[in-house]
Amino acid sequence: MLKIENLTKMFGGLAAVNDVSVEFEANRINAIIGPNGAGKSTFFNLVAGTHKPTSGRIILDGEDITPLRCDYIAQRGVGRTFQTTNLFEQASVLDNLIVGHRLRTKSGLWDVLINSKRLQWEEKACRDKAREVLDFVGLNHVENRLIADITQEERKRVAFALALATDPKIVLLDEPAAGVNPEETEGLADLMRKMVDHGLTVCLIEHKMDMIMGLADKIMVLDHGEKIAEGTPTEIRENPVVIEAYLGSDEDAAA
Amino acid sequence: MLKLASFMTRPAAKYLLIVLALVFPLIAKNEYQVYVMASAFIWAIAVYGLNIITGYCGQLNLAHGGFFALGAYTLGLLTADYGWSFWPAFVGALLMTAFIGFLVGVVSLRLKEHYFAIFTLCVGFIMYMLTDKWEELTHGPIGVRDIAAPHGFGIVDFTETTPFYYLVLAFLIFAIWFMGKLSRSLLGRTFMAIRNGDDLAQSLGINLMRNKTLAFVLSTTYAGMAGALYAGMVRFIGPEDGNILHTFDMITYLLVGGIGTLSGPLVGTVGIVWLTQSLQFLEEYRMILFGPLLVVLVIFFPRGIVGSFLGWLHRKTLDAGLPAAKKKESRIATGKEVENNA
Repeated sequence: MLKIENLTKMFGGLAAVNDVSVEFEANRINAIIGPNGAGKSTFFNLVAGTHKPTSGRIILDGEDITPLRCDYIAQRGVGRTFQTTNLFEQASVLDNLIVGHRLRTKSGLWDVLINSKRLQWEEKACRDKAREVLDFVGLNHVENRLIADITQEERKRVAFALALATDPKIVLLDEPAAGVNPEETEGLADLMRKMVDHGLTVCLIEHKMDMIMGLADKIMVLDHGEKIAEGTPTEIRENPVVIEAYLGSDEDAAA
Repeated sequence: MLKLASFMTRPAAKYLLIVLALVFPLIAKNEYQVYVMASAFIWAIAVYGLNIITGYCGQLNLAHGGFFALGAYTLGLLTADYGWSFWPAFVGALLMTAFIGFLVGVVSLRLKEHYFAIFTLCVGFIMYMLTDKWEELTHGPIGVRDIAAPHGFGIVDFTETTPFYYLVLAFLIFAIWFMGKLSRSLLGRTFMAIRNGDDLAQSLGINLMRNKTLAFVLSTTYAGMAGALYAGMVRFIGPEDGNILHTFDMITYLLVGGIGTLSGPLVGTVGIVWLTQSLQFLEEYRMILFGPLLVVLVIFFPRGIVGSFLGWLHRKTLDAGLPAAKKKESRIATGKEVENNA
C-alpha cells in the first residue's frame, strides 16, 4: 500500500529522518513510536508532501508520489490530522467539515457567478459527505455547535472527520489521543479500528504506549531519525534495542 | 430581544435595508448627506474587496489603498487624457486592477503572514510614489482634472448627486450580492480553509497559490471598482487618494464591522463614516474619542460588531432549540469557552 524506500531528510547538517525504509500494508493500523525529536512528525510531513525528502522514494499503491506537491498527494488519497488541528472556531462543526470534500469537486469562480448546476450539485455532495463523516465519528449531535464550544475529544473527532471527508485511502494521524483522558482514548482507538473495518489504512504517531500496544498491527520505532525496529507489538515490547532507546534503563522508567 | 435579533438575519431585513437605502435621498436633510452616503458606499465596496483577501482568505493586504488609487487613476487618465468615455474606461479600470493585482499577487503571495503584509505595504507605497512622481503619466502632485462623469445615456445625469448615489447603490448591492454567493459557495469555503492555516488547507488537497491568487485578484478588482466610482464622483484626483492611510482606514472599517462577515464591511464603513461626520465639530480632537473606542472594541468585540452579534445569536438559538436536559450541558460548554477566553 504505502512503501517507503531509503527516505532521508536533512535539515542543514542534521538528519531528521535517516534512510528509513518501511512498508505499510493496506487495512492495518500502523504505529510509529519513538522518543521526542525522533523524526516522527517529519516522517509524516514527508509522506504527506509538506516537506520534500532529501533522498528516497515514497510509493503509494505502486505510484511514486515523492515529487508531488501536498495537495496532489491529498488527491491521491493521503489524509492527515495534525497535533493541533486549527479549525475555524467561530463556525459550526458541519461548516468546518464541508470544505473537506472540496478536492473532489471542480467548481470555480464562474460557477459561483452563474450559480451553475454543477456548483449546486457539488455543494450538496460536500454537505452530504460532511454529514456522513460526522456520523462516522459519532458526532451527529454537535453538528450545529460552534467549534469553540465543543470538548477536546470532540475536536479530535472533528479532525478525524475532516481527514475522512477527503475520501482518503490512508490516514496519517499525528498524536490523535494527546490531551484526552483514558476512556476517551479508548473511544478514539475504537474509532481507528472502525476506520480499518471500513477499508482504510491507518498510520499513527502516538506516545500512549498502552493504547498502541493494544491497537497497532505493526509498529515502527524511530530514534534519532533512524528506524531501529519494526514488528508486532509483542516483538517491539521484547526488543532490547527499543527498550534501551525508547524506554531508557529500568531505573529511568521507574522514575 | 432574540426575536428581533434573529429577524436581522432573515431576508426580510435585507429588503428593509434596501428600501431604506432607496428612500434615503428623500429623507436626507440636504444634498451633502446624500453625498456622504454615496462616498461611504464607495468605501464599503472597497472594504468588501479587502474582506475577500483579508477576511475570508486571511492574508493581510496592505496595498489595498494602492489598488483603489490604481482604479481611480486608470479611469481618470483614460477619460481626461485619452478621451475615453466613462463606461469603457470603467471596464478598463477593472481589467487594469485585476491584471496588476494578478502580477502583484503571483509574486507577493509566495510570502506568508507578516512577510506578505510588509511586502504589500511596500507595493502600496510604491503605487503612491508613482502617482506622485511619474509626472508624465499621472500629472504628479497637480492631480488629474476633468474626469468624465458616468454617462447616463441621455436618461439620467450622473453629475447630480442623487442619481450618482443610486448608481453607487446599485454597484454596492451587486458587490454584496456577489460576496454573499461567494462566501457561501465552495470557493468561499476554500478561502476560509486557507485562512485557518496553509498546512491544513493543503492537506485537504487545496491548491494554495491558485486560490490565494484568485482571492487577491478579486479583492483588487473590487478596489478598482470602488476607485473608478470614486474618480467619477469627485472628478478630480491626486496622489493623496492613494495615501497608505486609506488602507488603514479600510482595515479599521473592516475590524469594527466584523472581519470575515458578509455585512461587516457595510456596517463598519457606514457606521464610522457617519460617526466621523457627526464628530466633525471636534476637528482633529475626535481622534481622542476614536482611539479609546477602537481599543475597547478590539478588546471586547474582537470579531467586530457583526461577528460578535452573530456568534451571540448562534449560541442563543442553539440553546433555545435544545431540550431542557441538553440545555444544561450546553451552558457548561459555553461557560468553559468564556473561561478559556479569560
